[in-house]
Amino acid sequence: MQIEAKNISFRYRENTPWILKNVSLKIEEGERVGLVGPSGYGKSTLVKILAGYLKPTKGEVLLDGKPLPKKGVSPVQLIYQHPEKAINPRWKMKKVLQESGMLRDEVMDALGIERDWLERYPRELSGGELQRFCVARSLFEGTHFLFADEMSTMLDVIAQAQIWNLMLKEAEEHRLGLLMVTHNHYLAEKICTRTIHLEAINTTGGKHGKERTDKV
Amino acid sequence: MKNESILSVKNLSVSFHMYEKGLEQYDLKVISNMTLDVRPGEIVAIAGSSGSGKSLLAHAVMGLLPENAVISGEISYKGKILSQKDKEKLRGKEFALVPQSVSFLDPLMKVEAQVRGPKPDKAKIETQKEIFKRFQLDEKTEKLYPFQLSGGMARRVLVSTAVISGAEVIIADEPTPGLDLDMAMEALKVFRELADEGKAVILITHDIDLAFHMADRIAVFYAGTTVEMADAEDFRQGELVLRHPYSKALWRALPQNGFEPIPGFQPYAKYLPKGCLFSPRCRYKTKECEEKIPMREVRGGYVRCIHAD
Repeated sequence: MQIEAKNISFRYRENTPWILKNVSLKIEEGERVGLVGPSGYGKSTLVKILAGYLKPTKGEVLLDGKPLPKKGVSPVQLIYQHPEKAINPRWKMKKVLQESGMLRDEVMDALGIERDWLERYPRELSGGELQRFCVARSLFEGTHFLFADEMSTMLDVIAQAQIWNLMLKEAEEHRLGLLMVTHNHYLAEKICTRTIHLEAINTTGGKHGKERTDKV
Repeated sequence: MKNESILSVKNLSVSFHMYEKGLEQYDLKVISNMTLDVRPGEIVAIAGSSGSGKSLLAHAVMGLLPENAVISGEISYKGKILSQKDKEKLRGKEFALVPQSVSFLDPLMKVEAQVRGPKPDKAKIETQKEIFKRFQLDEKTEKLYPFQLSGGMARRVLVSTAVISGAEVIIADEPTPGLDLDMAMEALKVFRELADEGKAVILITHDIDLAFHMADRIAVFYAGTTVEMADAEDFRQGELVLRHPYSKALWRALPQNGFEPIPGFQPYAKYLPKGCLFSPRCRYKTKECEEKIPMREVRGGYVRCIHAD
């Protein structure tokens, strides 16, 4: 499978500056791509568009040449920076996994989810533990692409290494395509098979493009 | 630079009084026997696991803990033990906090008013403009409301607020996430300059590789307690010089140092083990680790481990 962004442009309203302009990229299954670039250049916006959470103003996102499915489970899954904001605070962790149909031993074993966490509420788990649930529920049979937007920035380095090692194993086993946003180039070097510099493919030069070019 | 500490925290414990089902209550001990001190002219960085009580410590010092918090131990400033009232008087004047969450900005107030504070004089406005320029924040940013800022911009605004406050003690709680490397380094350089001017800076961060290079001393927290306190130089040198098994594990987990995580998890506050809090994950664990573990001096640093040498 392949996901392709074709000439994506995006702005919030008419007559506001473009955040993305004519951005194109392709990711194949089994690839691990790092998306890097300075703050405010539209990395998160691009990832949201690729995952189908935002509609591009112009251009399209194609999965094997077809638009993303509007109904059912999306083969493209997004994992956010703040796990505590992505999980219903009033649900026990068990219910979170049940909802996605991932309350399965092999999934929990693969991601190191301990059984007594299932009876706890999100506030009773740390960020690193919660993030495992976010990864677990995004690993459907039908998932082909995973997008991680600064998935591990709020975690300590041990939790970070734990979760990425698990992700790498899962991505390899299921031949997932992976796109990660990060500011940590050591991390990108460890994980990625290639990197995309957003400032090189985004022709607006970013929100603060002018100030930045002055500095260079 | 070996002068007296300006702020010191001794054997601090914090518990939250919680309700379970109905009227059943229990105390959740989130910080136990935490120790920390900072001297004028230095940056002390706090590294440690997510949920190890780093932010809570900051809030305890600032007097910002909620009403169901029970505090024991000492927090003293310039030799005087602080009461809640003292903290309220000092914060915003001699203590400044760079909060972790960008939601600490007032959503209904323009950026300039928040950064400058009430009734700013000319000099303050001048400093604010300078610092914005350094952080590459456009002059237009001053007139924006928080919802119009990107994550990285809001972070820089928060840092500016503390910088121009003129406080003696600055506690920066995660000032770098969402900033690219250049910008993160710039923010840390600003803190370095403040310290060089004689302020005391406490820097709470997960970007520990950056902290190792900018700080003077490092405190490592685990499960609500201080496990090691040592010169930043030891962390730059690496694993062999470090004292606590958890500090060594942190160092080894960095992507540039092997990216090898130790297995297991930090215990949740409700189910803390007896004795050493790290012992369930420690390969040096012995029977003696179940006793009370004091902080002791080893090779010029402090460590809470009976096996360290």
